[in-house]
Amino acid sequence: MQAPTPATFSSGLASSRRTLRDRLASMNRRRPDETTWESLEEALLGADVGVTTTMATLERLRTTAADQGIVDADELMHALAEGMRASLDADRTLHATAPEREGTTPVWLFVGVNGVGKTTTIGKVGARLSAQGQAVVMAAGDTFRAAATDQLQTWADRCGAELISGSSGADPSSVVHDAVSAAAARGADVVLADTAGRLQNRKNLMDELAKVRRVADREPGAVAETLLVIDATTGQNGLSQARAFAEATDVTGVVLTKLDGSAKGGIVFAIEAELGLPVKLVGLGEGPDDLVDFEPDSYIDALLGVDAD
Amino acid sequence: MFDTLTDRLSGTLRGLRGRGRMRPADVDEALAEIRLALLEADVNVAVVRRFVERVRERSIGGEVTASLTPGQQVTKIVNDELIDILGTSPLDVQFASKPPTVVLLAGLQGSGKTTAAAKLAQWCKSQGRNPLLVGADLQRPAAVEQLRTLARSIDVEVWSEAGDPVDCAAGGLSHAQQAGRDVLIVDTAGRLAVDAELMTEVARISDAVEPHYTFLVVDAMVGQDAVATAETFHATLEVDGIILTKLDGDARGGAALSVAEVVGRPVAFASVGEKIDDFEQFHPDRMASRILGMGDVMTLIEKAERVYEQEEAEAAAQRLVEGTFTLDDFVDQLRQLRKMGNLQSIVSMMPGVSDQVRNAEIDDDRITTAEAIVLSMTPAERVSPEIIDASRRARIAAGSGTSSAQVSNLLKQFTQMRKMMGGMMGLGSKRRPAGRKAARKRGKSTGRAGGGSRTGGGGRATPKGASRTGKPAGKPSVADIDWDALDLKLPGR
Repeated sequence: MQAPTPATFSSGLASSRRTLRDRLASMNRRRPDETTWESLEEALLGADVGVTTTMATLERLRTTAADQGIVDADELMHALAEGMRASLDADRTLHATAPEREGTTPVWLFVGVNGVGKTTTIGKVGARLSAQGQAVVMAAGDTFRAAATDQLQTWADRCGAELISGSSGADPSSVVHDAVSAAAARGADVVLADTAGRLQNRKNLMDELAKVRRVADREPGAVAETLLVIDATTGQNGLSQARAFAEATDVTGVVLTKLDGSAKGGIVFAIEAELGLPVKLVGLGEGPDDLVDFEPDSYIDALLGVDAD
Repeated sequence: MFDTLTDRLSGTLRGLRGRGRMRPADVDEALAEIRLALLEADVNVAVVRRFVERVRERSIGGEVTASLTPGQQVTKIVNDELIDILGTSPLDVQFASKPPTVVLLAGLQGSGKTTAAAKLAQWCKSQGRNPLLVGADLQRPAAVEQLRTLARSIDVEVWSEAGDPVDCAAGGLSHAQQAGRDVLIVDTAGRLAVDAELMTEVARISDAVEPHYTFLVVDAMVGQDAVATAETFHATLEVDGIILTKLDGDARGGAALSVAEVVGRPVAFASVGEKIDDFEQFHPDRMASRILGMGDVMTLIEKAERVYEQEEAEAAAQRLVEGTFTLDDFVDQLRQLRKMGNLQSIVSMMPGVSDQVRNAEIDDDRITTAEAIVLSMTPAERVSPEIIDASRRARIAAGSGTSSAQVSNLLKQFTQMRKMMGGMMGLGSKRRPAGRKAARKRGKSTGRAGGGSRTGGGGRATPKGASRTGKPAGKPSVADIDWDALDLKLPGR
């Protein structure tokens, strides 16, 4: 996928940046004292980075600051950004095909809790892949939520993808299986499989999802990506989501949606830093083109209110 | 939900309880823990700061009473403050004297407005009302279709028209007036709080229908941004209450505290499962109790009572005592269980339930299977299952689409249940059933159950319970059997 323009990425975080900058402005030209540390702590906590990750991050920063004798707030901010950047080092390549599974039809599976924007994300990914000339098949694997298929149909029509669906309440595995078979028969380039939103503490629903993944990974299909969709407004429950979905479906990456609001999406920093799940895509708006690749530098700068220019 | 907050607070305060006197250092130590617990529960940092400050002032500043230990005192202060924020009492929904009562739902995308709208309509029906749903979310593809599908399942009419959502809402209001609908529930498009254009639109919808209640729909999993969202919506719409969704997840739900603090209005309803019935009035005092580690038994009991048909269950209880409990009764019990909604949400409300039980597989499909098996039996077989031999078993399996092994398994469970429950009834005065036991536990831990009597907890929870508390100890009542059925039948498999 092509790289997004940094301006687009940053503009999505403009509103969050202002608050953080205001808070940090009072630190300038002063030695980092307890007030400074408290401000930093509140800034990270306020961005949903979470208690554990915030404490660990600031603990490292204290060491760095002492070692390097940092007395300037700007230098401190720089050191913090670098420290955080070092935590975001996972491989975020999007796999067009499943590694070591030549001749199979690649499947991108989208998973997550209710209401995070899975269906919309599939629509946007479909639009991008179609624009790149790929033949896209969508699988309406959300057979639970009323009218989810209609919603996906709208997106499929917009980007010229073919939608394979089952009846309401049908077994999602069979819908995905049908879509993979259809895609293979027609020589399509990729299957984008939607799944019903589910809370990660519902064991039977998570088992169902694991089955969907197994079926999608069976010849002629092969799962190239399992993308966990996380809403930028999500709090610390995001970690629990990431753990549970990773265990059930071997998640290969995270899609951060709704970053165009006032939420900062700090939970995905915790998810990548603590669990090693790379953030791959970011949803910045409601248009079909508002999906961009994740950029750690812009993300951290925006999170901390450091001016990227 | 709230599990970890509960654990942390109870851990900290238990530490305090163990000491005779409390020094300021003790207070600060406890408050530091409380702060972390609240932050981990996603309560907004600013809200946490204010909360901790208030508790500190009240803890150190005085209010010393002779009757409480210092630990009890901090517990009480934290509890009081939580209740203060969440709302001191449940929102008393007043239906307008001149119908329809207009309810507007607003919130972020994906917070669960459409589902909440349908659930609220169902709740209104359960209150004897005749609601009309308005699908004014003309933004999200198929949102109106989603509302229609949900509404069909509860037999409620949906009004919607393409074009301008303001006209659509206004049209819905006139239609409700003409059609004699006494509640109008308007579902609006999800929007980002920062989107001025859409905020203006929802304000115009509000002006057009002049809602009696404007509810902000908030996802229990939301983090720090809950405050910004609530502030913006409240400034635009004057929110009257909050509907908290996805409470059946394992999110700690601190957003409820954040939003209630910012808006200054109570959480009115909570959505606790995927079924339409999984929706209830929110009880702030109970939530505070839950946060403090006392479980939410009151909601649990009420939920059970709402669904259970008293006479049926009492009759079943009688037959059970007499040993004539049949497979028909068994299936009735299972159906009742299913009607109560998401079984996991019920189990998670019980205090002192281990994670193992909490996460146990309680699958509605199993109820369906059990039902199919019993329905494939002849009346004679249902009354006297012992006549079922191999050939009958094969016929029942074929009829219900199951295997002979499944049929045998069900019969075994039924026999066990009948035996165990018979045994339990025999113990009578010695052993209390689970439902009451749970209530008593809460009564004990709060020290607030009236008179300290065993049935006091239940009596306090339910006005109807008054007659029940008058029953002689040991006599089986509705709750007895059903809770035992839940215990024995489902998680135990």
